[in-house]
Amino acid sequence: MSEVYINSRFVGTIDEPRLFIEKLKEERRRGKLDSNINVYHDEKSDIVEIECGKGRARRPLIVVKEGQPLLTEKHVKQLEKDEISWGDLIKQGVLEYIDAAEEENCYTAFFDSEITPEHTHLEITPLAMLGLASSLVPYANFNQSTRLNAGSKNQKQSLGFYVSNFSLRMDMDVNLLHEPQIPLVQTIMHEISDYDKHPSGQNLIVAIMSYKGYNMEDAIILNRGSIERGLARSSYYRPSIAEELRYAGGLVDEVSIPDKDVKGYKSEKDYRFLEPDGIIYPEAGIKEGDVIIGKTSPPRFLSSLDEYNLASSTRRESSVGVKHGEKGVVDFVLITENEEGNKLVQVRVRDERVPEVGDKFTSRHGQKGVVGLIVPEGDIPFSASGIKPDLIFSPHGIPSRMTIAHLIELVGGKVGALNSRYINGTTFDAEPEEKLRKELLGLGFRENGTETLYNGETGEAYQAKIYIGNMYYLKLKHMVANKLHSRARGPIQLLTRQPTEGRAKEGGLRLGEMEKDTFVAHGASLLLKERFDSDKTIVPVCEGCGLIAVRDEFKNKSYCPVCGDNSEISFIEVSYAFKLILDEFKSLCIYPKLFLKGKY
Amino acid sequence: MSVFTEYKNKLPKKILDEIKEYTKDLSEAKIKKVLEMTLIEYEGAKVEAGECVGIVSAESIGEPGTQMTLNTFHFAGVAEMNVTMGLPRIIEILDGRSKLATPMMEIYLNKDHSKGSDIRKLALSIKETLLGEVISELTVNMADSSIELKLDSEKMGDFGITEHVVNEAIKNSIKGYNVRNNKDSIVLKAKSKEDGINQVYLDKEKIKKVHLKGIKGITQVLPVKRGDEYIIITAGSNLKLILELDFVDSTRTTTNDIFEIEKVLGVEAARQAIINEVYKVIESQGLDVDIRHIMLVADTMCNSGSVKGITRYGVVSEKSSVLARASFETPLRHIINAALIGEEDKLNSVVENVMLNQPIPVGTGLPGLVTKVKK
Repeated sequence: MSEVYINSRFVGTIDEPRLFIEKLKEERRRGKLDSNINVYHDEKSDIVEIECGKGRARRPLIVVKEGQPLLTEKHVKQLEKDEISWGDLIKQGVLEYIDAAEEENCYTAFFDSEITPEHTHLEITPLAMLGLASSLVPYANFNQSTRLNAGSKNQKQSLGFYVSNFSLRMDMDVNLLHEPQIPLVQTIMHEISDYDKHPSGQNLIVAIMSYKGYNMEDAIILNRGSIERGLARSSYYRPSIAEELRYAGGLVDEVSIPDKDVKGYKSEKDYRFLEPDGIIYPEAGIKEGDVIIGKTSPPRFLSSLDEYNLASSTRRESSVGVKHGEKGVVDFVLITENEEGNKLVQVRVRDERVPEVGDKFTSRHGQKGVVGLIVPEGDIPFSASGIKPDLIFSPHGIPSRMTIAHLIELVGGKVGALNSRYINGTTFDAEPEEKLRKELLGLGFRENGTETLYNGETGEAYQAKIYIGNMYYLKLKHMVANKLHSRARGPIQLLTRQPTEGRAKEGGLRLGEMEKDTFVAHGASLLLKERFDSDKTIVPVCEGCGLIAVRDEFKNKSYCPVCGDNSEISFIEVSYAFKLILDEFKSLCIYPKLFLKGKY
Repeated sequence: MSVFTEYKNKLPKKILDEIKEYTKDLSEAKIKKVLEMTLIEYEGAKVEAGECVGIVSAESIGEPGTQMTLNTFHFAGVAEMNVTMGLPRIIEILDGRSKLATPMMEIYLNKDHSKGSDIRKLALSIKETLLGEVISELTVNMADSSIELKLDSEKMGDFGITEHVVNEAIKNSIKGYNVRNNKDSIVLKAKSKEDGINQVYLDKEKIKKVHLKGIKGITQVLPVKRGDEYIIITAGSNLKLILELDFVDSTRTTTNDIFEIEKVLGVEAARQAIINEVYKVIESQGLDVDIRHIMLVADTMCNSGSVKGITRYGVVSEKSSVLARASFETPLRHIINAALIGEEDKLNSVVENVMLNQPIPVGTGLPGLVTKVKK
């Protein structure tokens, strides 16, 4: 007697669970039952679970009967001729989708050569157990699994050719690689996913060696000559948007060059690129502070628009400018309407990004690193045939991470480049390494992929043979140009008068609690005070009541709102944050009385 | 020797003794030179006025502490008995917790007993034995509200307990029953049935906890050879009663329960216990922290006369400054209480002055200028 559950709900019992399941599966394969049904027999507790709900991860397998896979040569030929489709194979019961539970009752072979009479299923291909991004890693079965994870994650951040209609789009924060290439070492997934239509990296010549220590700690070294020839060059696109909003009272924004008497007028120089319609012209080279779309808005509060100010001069400047720390060239101007029928202006700015020190690169094996040095082409090591690496990778990145595929791809790329063919590096189904080595030997190179390199500066041969070959490298979207930030003086927050936070707001770098402690530990008392000066203020304090008094600059006098004009008022220097906490105490009905004492 | 008298008050005794040892065959003039140089070095090594020792200690313990978190895992439970080590133990000590996760004692024995001949017997005599441990069967008879317990004679032999001892113990701690001895079982019959069967059930549980022999709190004993003498390591701790035993060397016996040490031996001993316990952990983790940092922490915890943890209820609540207290956890409570009693903040310490953006009174901020001003 086994209990039967459908979607975890008890429905009854059966006497012959095996026969029952056998029958159920048979019906499913024949199409009498829906193919979405999965059944699982928990033999330990003798429970049959039938699942047909949503949210189960399922994967397709080839059904095996009496040691023979149901998928035959005939099916494959028909598939190739487009006579049948995937769906037909499922309807015929040749393929079926198995969920995680049913998988427990299956005995699946990797390859059809392994099939025995006990097997119930056959993998379509071992690659099917990987996702899209992971199957794009060549020779992935030679890598540690964590590296495979990292490698496929990195691929998602790589720059490439993301859409072919990019010139018509207004995507936010987008990068385009200028000369993307198809990888020399591929997997079958590259073909399936039409990778040649949206590639995202370049085949570089990589030497694995150290170079003056500038590639330690995962850094990489680039060849300046290669960069000047366009290696890893990309464009960064960012649209600026301005809308003519409507406000209460029939007031509207206006896209135009602001008048000089507008509140908040910048300077004539900042508006110099604007055409008479108030919008910048394409191909204008702009930098920080320049206005892209000139715009004015009505005053913030209607009350200030009283009879004394008849002129329209109270309009506010609300132009869209280049963001802090950015530069570029105006790429495309779009004038249209939004859903409410308001005028909408979008201006796309493009910025050419030449690789520089600090940009992030990676191979497809989780071997990411940052450019540590860009070496003039003359100083780059060269081989006897005059080959110079585009990129120098540190050998110290290999042993601990055990990315063997990284090394195999390098030889594979070398063979592919020399023999002008693509190498198949599909996981579990790749061209064997021995074959590549033999081929390399036949091409007149050392079988293990090493070559004698010569010091680019002195011309001396390096004693060690250098492992050199071609690899597919990806430029990742983390570029220093988007992250570089420093500040001496700058904007402050309204409430606390402390510096703003974050690069976008030109913020300060916080000197935190523990950093403060180091100042204290050094006894650098006055230095500490100076570091925390950012919100210092001078406040008048009434010596009578100990509360903050008032300073009237117009009448040039100070008075205490509690004790009146005749109380003694002194000026003290405190942080604005402290003044705020005193205010907060007062709001809590706590009387924070200050007792003042002469400093000397 | 006359050269040394001059330096008697200038250098510590330990250093003087060391110099004496090393300069045995030097001339008086040379010794004088050595002493001079030593004094210069000694003065130079002293902490200067205004040095912020507290924060230096905090950083010196805190930084290696970050490495400790990871190591903790591996060492837990390796020792012969399960002992809390690593960061959890440090937190336990510094928080001043009175209930330890694993209380432990190291009992040293007198010369007569430390050779190990009767060590097993002594160890077992200390171990607390409860009635529950020697009972093989415990049944309640509801009909005549009686409890019958069968004794495990084998275990009784192991622990050296006779039936008589059991009888006495039951009679002393469970009241309201007539105790009758059968063959290898004891029957307790309730004198009156008024209390009902519930009371009998409660008493049944109570019987398991009846103390037969040994010292309360010592749940486990382990005789170990340390050096060339035998000592007893125990799980559970009861310093007061252990020290009363005549075979115990009361000068060296310790516990890891700091509050017990404070209760029995006083706050000075507790201070030393804190130092020893913290240092033991740091040493076991292979870290190197100067003992003076730990001493400072221990001093801070003990300077009120009793052991206080470094928490908002302990040391922090003793701070004189309202703002300093408010800046460390539960600010509102401190501020409101301060407002209720009209507290005054003299701005004498670091945190308050950082808040006000004033020079802090340590290091270069400490000295002031005192001068007469012409009127």
